[in-house]
Amino acid sequence: MTTPVLEARDVTMRFGGLTAVRSVDFTVNSGEIVGLIGPNGAGKTTFFNCLTGLYVPTEGTVSYQGKVLPPKPHLVTQAGIARTFQNIRLFANMTVLENVLVGRHTRTKEGLWSALLRGPGFRKAEKESEAKAMELLEFIGLAAKRDHLARNLPYGEQRKLEIARALASEPGLLLLDEPTAGMNPQETRATEDLVFAIRDKGIAVLVIEHDMRFIFNLCDRVAVLVQGEKLVEGTSDVVQADERVVAAYLGEPFEGDPGAAEAAEVEAAEATAEAEGAESAEPADSAETAEPADSAATTDTVESTEADSTTKGEAQ
Amino acid sequence: MTDTTTNAPAAAEHGPVPLPPSVARLLVAVGAVGTIASAFLSWTWTSDFPGDLTVYGYPAGLQILALVGGVLTLLFGLTLWDVKWLRWLNPANSTSPVLLTALSAFAVCWFTGIAITVDLGGLVNLDPGAFVAMAASALPVVGALALPHPAPGTGIRGYLAKPQLPAPGKASPLTERIVITVGVALALVTFTYGIGIDNDASETFIGYLLLLVFAAWGLMHTGLVDRFATTAAHHKGFASALAFAAAVIFPFTQSDDHNANVGVNILIFATVALGLNIVVGLTGLLDLGYVAFLGVGAYAAALVSGSEYSRFSGVHFPFWAAALTGMAASLVFGVLIGAPTLRLRGDYLAIVTLGFGEIFRITVNNLDGTSGPNITRGPNGITQIPDLNIFGFNLGESHNILGFSLGRFANYLFLMLIVTAIVVLVFTRAADSRIGRSWIAIREDETAATAMGINGFRVKLIAFALGASLAGLAGSVMAHVNYSVNPQPYQFAGAAPPNSAFLLAAVVLGGMGTVSGPLLGASVLYLVPEKLQFLQNYELFAFGVALIVLMRFRPEGIIANRRRQLEFHETGQLDVPTQTTLSDDPAVTKAGA
Ligand SMILES: Nc1ncnc2c1ncn2[C@@H]1O[C@H](COP(=O)(O)OP(=O)(O)OP(=O)(O)O)[C@@H](O)[C@H]1O
Ligand SMILES: [Mg+2]
Repeated sequence: MTTPVLEARDVTMRFGGLTAVRSVDFTVNSGEIVGLIGPNGAGKTTFFNCLTGLYVPTEGTVSYQGKVLPPKPHLVTQAGIARTFQNIRLFANMTVLENVLVGRHTRTKEGLWSALLRGPGFRKAEKESEAKAMELLEFIGLAAKRDHLARNLPYGEQRKLEIARALASEPGLLLLDEPTAGMNPQETRATEDLVFAIRDKGIAVLVIEHDMRFIFNLCDRVAVLVQGEKLVEGTSDVVQADERVVAAYLGEPFEGDPGAAEAAEVEAAEATAEAEGAESAEPADSAETAEPADSAATTDTVESTEADSTTKGEAQ
Repeated sequence: MTDTTTNAPAAAEHGPVPLPPSVARLLVAVGAVGTIASAFLSWTWTSDFPGDLTVYGYPAGLQILALVGGVLTLLFGLTLWDVKWLRWLNPANSTSPVLLTALSAFAVCWFTGIAITVDLGGLVNLDPGAFVAMAASALPVVGALALPHPAPGTGIRGYLAKPQLPAPGKASPLTERIVITVGVALALVTFTYGIGIDNDASETFIGYLLLLVFAAWGLMHTGLVDRFATTAAHHKGFASALAFAAAVIFPFTQSDDHNANVGVNILIFATVALGLNIVVGLTGLLDLGYVAFLGVGAYAAALVSGSEYSRFSGVHFPFWAAALTGMAASLVFGVLIGAPTLRLRGDYLAIVTLGFGEIFRITVNNLDGTSGPNITRGPNGITQIPDLNIFGFNLGESHNILGFSLGRFANYLFLMLIVTAIVVLVFTRAADSRIGRSWIAIREDETAATAMGINGFRVKLIAFALGASLAGLAGSVMAHVNYSVNPQPYQFAGAAPPNSAFLLAAVVLGGMGTVSGPLLGASVLYLVPEKLQFLQNYELFAFGVALIVLMRFRPEGIIANRRRQLEFHETGQLDVPTQTTLSDDPAVTKAGA
């Protein structure tokens, strides 16, 4: 039985004259893994920010389990939506364990007084939090590094830690913004397993990714965002077969044979589009710096080379 | 130790002075002994020069400092001779501590020589002892520069950058406690000596600072400071109890109540800095008007002190109630300022708090009955604040304890020690909790913190209010210590603490986010203007230069926040970031072994 966890109605986000997200309707059901793809600058991250309250949508509403969410990030997290960021935003000078403990903020209550008085209640709550955090660290395989500073972790582990931190808030829905950006194929595979394991815990997942193989392996449903508008939505097969998607990625009408829609071809097209996108991502990025948004040209570059190598590997 | 042989060619590279290593080591030792000996000679003929350096066989003032510098140089010099029982002093067998301690003696001796010449007008005022000191103290510097370079290929910077240190061995808990005790005792002696330097003897104090800076720098390069910090972190309770005990002992070592007065003021300054550290160091909010909270607390306590100049002269609260009044007033003021401003980020917050700080001072100045209602008596302030009386113990009177006569300021020193202990406890407990973690998270990345469910505004307001009420607590004691309150000290920048700039500097200089950092920073920033009266108008300038130099060479402050997990030091991953770049080949520094 599937019930909608997240429902976005008619979400529009305008920055001055630029409409980054245009009346998007979107649903995530419980127990689902949903993919969100689209070329660079399509508005995927902006859409995430609208969902999590980092941006106040110009129009439209977002509801979680039937209740309309106020556009305040901490209330959204409190309600049960957790997220990661495209350009990793860990608390760099805190330890791995502390990062996860911060993630538990909404599920604990101890205020200043109990911290100062250190009663038995406080100690019990701290112990419990730590136990929960350690459980999560074991789940993602970082338990041994609990006392390392987050900034000293290798890139892949930082991404994992961000996921653990998000899970610490015991969400019903997890939003992942390019969780495999910059990872090698093995790490990507491991992340795939991780996402499945998260789903098996009963947490719905919405994931943005440029790695098509990752997306199509993983997702029950995929939505394609192009220039702020939702172009197609459906199962992997439907999306892969849709010529508009390919065209959107290539930026020109697709003239090949749409019938078979080999994944490899889509991927090749995707990789090229990304290589171009990486260059054109620059101005988009500079526009963003004023705001607490997240899109990093560097991540994109890493990602596109990564995608290239994946494609090559497959062609052989 | 196995890498010694592989790195032998690199190790052979000597410093800028071309001398064989054996000669270099000899130079260091001979020079150090010479420096020590020179301290027992007469350096000048007249006792006009501060400290009386005229007596043979009896070191005084700067000579004592030269003596200490010489002893340190000798000790570290001897570590290069492979003296077994000294090996712990320099586990990395690095040459940079030798150079730095040699420089400490050199700086003291040459500074003294030059100061005598300038003060008394001419080289004729130097006795042979001074020439001996200057010559002898130069030898170890030359020698140290001929020793193997600590990080070949990095030039002079190699000496200034901290070497990679081998992991410390395990010691028994008893040894560790003894080490802590010795360390605290040394710190007490050092501090007592510094505070005891006569206010007119600026030369001696400058020598003291020179020695302290170079010696501490050298000690840091040996890794002894890190090891001490690790050890103290292992025995946190013991170390804090000892430090507290040392502070209690301090007034007993003083024959003069004046130094206790200095101690009280340092503690007031330090507790306020610690409160500011919650706001700046933990939460990352730049507050440039923080001293206003100290003022609010002081004024609130003064108004209910029973002083006949208070607007409410009939009201005489007992101390606990006065302290609570001070805290509450500051808390309210903090929330009033924080609520509208904490939605701002970064620079805006700094500017707005700066404005509010000034508004407080100007308002207090104007509430004099002429420009506004008479509450604070304007620039005259509230005077004749009676001394505190706690449980029948009058803090204004001298008391005899164990045969020691403890004056008024010693009494207040004890009271302030309790207040400091409370503030330290509040700081450490708050920092290590859910709320403290959310402060740090906000400092690290506010967007990510809110996305983790932290109500940024609320949490920042709590930090602001807590910081304010701690300052208010300190203020309520300060009003009584100083007998009076007036608006003048509560400004943004001034020549003497407390003012917002100095408070902020105490936090930044000492080390943000730490407990001992602001305590140390406050002591330094209080003592320097107090002892170097001649700076007067140039004080702010000198202060600015000192800050720039410090931020250039040690941006994390004197005490780096190592975030508790020092036991993970062997992985090098808790190392201070600025220092990792220079020594990319960890094996090299060990090569001298
Ligand atoms: N705060 C902002 N102010 C102005 N424009 C913005 C802001 N945030 C995003 N944009 C613009 O919205 C568009 C969508 O950006 P977004 O980051 O959502 O793309 P994306 O789909 O996540 O791309 P990528 O795959 O590169 O991450 C871009 O043109 C970007 O410049
Ligand atoms: Mg994006």
